[in-house]
Amino acid sequence: MPVTLVKERFPSKVGEVILGATSEQGGTRTSTVVVGGDNLLPFLHFEGKVVNRPVIAMEVTDIVPPWNEAIKAQFGDVLDNPAAWAQKCVNEFGADLIYLKLIGADPEGFNRSPEDCARVVKEVLAAVGVPLVVVGCENAEKDNEVLAAVAEAGAGENLLLGLAEQDNYKSITAAAMVHKHNVIARSPLDINICKQLNILINEMGLPLNRIVIDPMIGGLGFGIEYAYSIMERARLGALANDKMLSMPMICTVGYEANRSKEANASAEEFPGWGDLAQRGVLWETLTATALLQAGASILLMRNPEAVKLVQRNIADLVDAEVGA
Amino acid sequence: MGLTGLEIYKQLPKKNCGECGTPTCLAFAMALAAGKGALDSCPYVSDAARDALASASAPPIKSIKFGNGSVLGDETVLFRHDKTFYHPTTVLVQVSDTLNDTDLVAKVEQINDLEFDRVGLHYGVDGIAVLEESGDPTRFAQAVKVVADHTEKSLLLLSDNVAALQAAAPAVAAKKPLLGNAAEGNYEAVVALAKELALPVILKANGLDALNDLVEKAQALGYKEFVLDPGSRKPVETLANLTQLRRLAIKKKYRPFGYPVVAFTSKNEPMDEIAEASIYVTKYASAIVLKADEKGFLLPLLTLRANIYTDPQKPIQVEPTLHSVGDVNPESPVYVTTNFSLTYYSVEGEVEASKIPSYILPIDTDGTSVLTAYAAGKYEPEKIADALLNSGVADKVGHKNVIIPGYVAVISGKLQEKSGWKVIVGPRESSGIVSFARSLSNG
Ligand code: B12
Ligand code: SF4
Repeated sequence: MPVTLVKERFPSKVGEVILGATSEQGGTRTSTVVVGGDNLLPFLHFEGKVVNRPVIAMEVTDIVPPWNEAIKAQFGDVLDNPAAWAQKCVNEFGADLIYLKLIGADPEGFNRSPEDCARVVKEVLAAVGVPLVVVGCENAEKDNEVLAAVAEAGAGENLLLGLAEQDNYKSITAAAMVHKHNVIARSPLDINICKQLNILINEMGLPLNRIVIDPMIGGLGFGIEYAYSIMERARLGALANDKMLSMPMICTVGYEANRSKEANASAEEFPGWGDLAQRGVLWETLTATALLQAGASILLMRNPEAVKLVQRNIADLVDAEVGA
Repeated sequence: MGLTGLEIYKQLPKKNCGECGTPTCLAFAMALAAGKGALDSCPYVSDAARDALASASAPPIKSIKFGNGSVLGDETVLFRHDKTFYHPTTVLVQVSDTLNDTDLVAKVEQINDLEFDRVGLHYGVDGIAVLEESGDPTRFAQAVKVVADHTEKSLLLLSDNVAALQAAAPAVAAKKPLLGNAAEGNYEAVVALAKELALPVILKANGLDALNDLVEKAQALGYKEFVLDPGSRKPVETLANLTQLRRLAIKKKYRPFGYPVVAFTSKNEPMDEIAEASIYVTKYASAIVLKADEKGFLLPLLTLRANIYTDPQKPIQVEPTLHSVGDVNPESPVYVTTNFSLTYYSVEGEVEASKIPSYILPIDTDGTSVLTAYAAGKYEPEKIADALLNSGVADKVGHKNVIIPGYVAVISGKLQEKSGWKVIVGPRESSGIVSFARSLSNG
């Protein structure tokens, strides 16, 4: 006897955001990336359409990053050259986007000037054809200056700029509006703050389809369950037509996963935890694959081996030939 | 599970005789709905009514127990934020009966060793699935015996051949293994064997429609200890099936699908396989059978399972009292942290690794992390000063230096003032504690 399936008919869908601009669109990208647009819970093809598959943005920093050797070794000698590094991510590892972190701007570190940062952005734009996500150094005051310069330097490129937060969203939003970019709106694992921030940004005049939600995440083993549930709730909210939750979500997977001891401690130190080569890669991989199930659209990733695994996981899940 | 008073009332005799201890049938029904009292207090309730109430009040997904404490099913929600997920996905690693006995024992021992300690929790692989691939019932029985003799873990005996299951199961029935597979062609014999030995059994069919037919036929044999396998071996299909089975059971209370579900991975590369399995851990598998059998593969997956099955209402906490690590003495350093178990054990692990006997005082922050607590006003200097005082640590050490987390460096001045202790700002991440502690003791 045939079973009557339970198919949800949601009144709405996740909003679409377009990143990057080709020459016809006023930019210099060779391709654009569209995220969001789905009217279903993640990958349940029987009740809707996966319009745009989730994408991976690979992390590139403007100074040599303090990452573990197992990750750094995979990049060879490009880590002091953001443009070459970005090329490698795209050409060799198949990154959909580049996630450029301008940590060199940190006043307590290299304290690079906004002009220097803008120059790095231009170099990376020249080196690759994919769209860019650009964030600052997480020093609010400095980031306001840096991102204003970046927004201007990247005018026309339809960048995704971050981070806009509840107590510091105005200047980045203004910069995005003037130069026609998108912003990442970050809230600390809180649905209400998330909505509130989207409202504030929108009230300044930035359209909703230029906002991407960063719900904040914890990595695997370190609070990922909070992120998982907040994201499931946000996705359900978007599908139920809550416009202030309807933006695609971006997750700082590489950063959070690789902060943990489990992603870094050798088997000699922790024989009970098994081989680091497997464990470290899977720590980042599962942070990503679990959050895909909660509705992530853009994964910010670091380890090329993990990227490869997640690319295959995504390919398996968007394969719509079959359903239930 | 949640029957209303009125639904129960409809099934009662409506004599209003009061013999149940409440004056009317309706009052009795209301009491039952509120979980007070037992149906047996009414002497007049009919057998039919008793059955109807029992099945209507049964949980939407049956609880199936097997092996060494493994519990499958008995879930009540689709999203963990709706309440919680209760019974963590049972993880089984497979072995083949085509291995010779020596290799089999080696492999079983390796699987036995898939146990982990992290952040104060202990987790491990739950069971071993013995696959019949030899085509030889005698060999299968022997292999099962060898595995059973060398492990305390739960067992799954898996064969499509009734004769193999008949040969292997009786000798290990006392260990209450899960049996499989009962399928279209053999279900009568396999279910009969399971029933005779009182073991739960996997019903396997290709797709949900076929599974539905099979469950109904199998139930008609008068047995209900089932675990379902919808047969799919492609991730996207398995995800769809797992979701439908869970939705039908919970949203529609569809009885034929009110059983736990087992998922099988399709990938052979262990890293890909673990990534695939992570889908089923988040989305509704009661059990997963894996090929990967090394620690570096299993720890990430079991950590994800622990996270997803954590009760969202209650962060895991430690006692907010003075803890000591190692053979403490008056020179021992004093660290303060929070009583969120994840935070506490991240710190404790590193303090232990520093090999310097130390005190750790977790402040009661309702089980929140350092910055969450700080942002929520639960990590105030006054509170920490009080906790230091009440802990009695001042009588145990000959110094007045306290180390605080680097993330809350801003409170150091105030804390020093309030407590009279000299405040030392530690590193931000606990991973910095070992070198920090060494420099402290050398300096
Ligand atoms: C999960 C989480 C939550 C969970 C709570 C989880 C919990 N049980 O604590 C929830 C969703 C409930 C939550 C709520 C809030 N959160 Co919150 N949350 C996080 C998140 C993502 C992870 C926290 C975590 O679990 N970390 C892991 C633990 C192990 O870290 P930890 O306690 O800091 O311990 C480490 C170190 O501090 C060190 N350490 C610890 N103790 C000691 C001691 C010594 C001596 C030393 C040397 C080192 C040391 O070792 C550990 C490992 O390195 C962080 C952001 C992030 N990714 O870090 C935000 C974060 C902490 N939250 C934040 C905020 C603002 C909040 C809210 C106030 C906002 C809101 N309304 O949502 C609420 C407060 C809720 C309340 N009223 O109680 C902010 C804090 C901002 C700030 N700088 O003050 C953060 C940083 C996010 C952000 N960037 O905005 N949060
Ligand atoms: S004993 Fe039975 S019939 Fe009598 S009042 Fe109670 S419920 Fe009604």
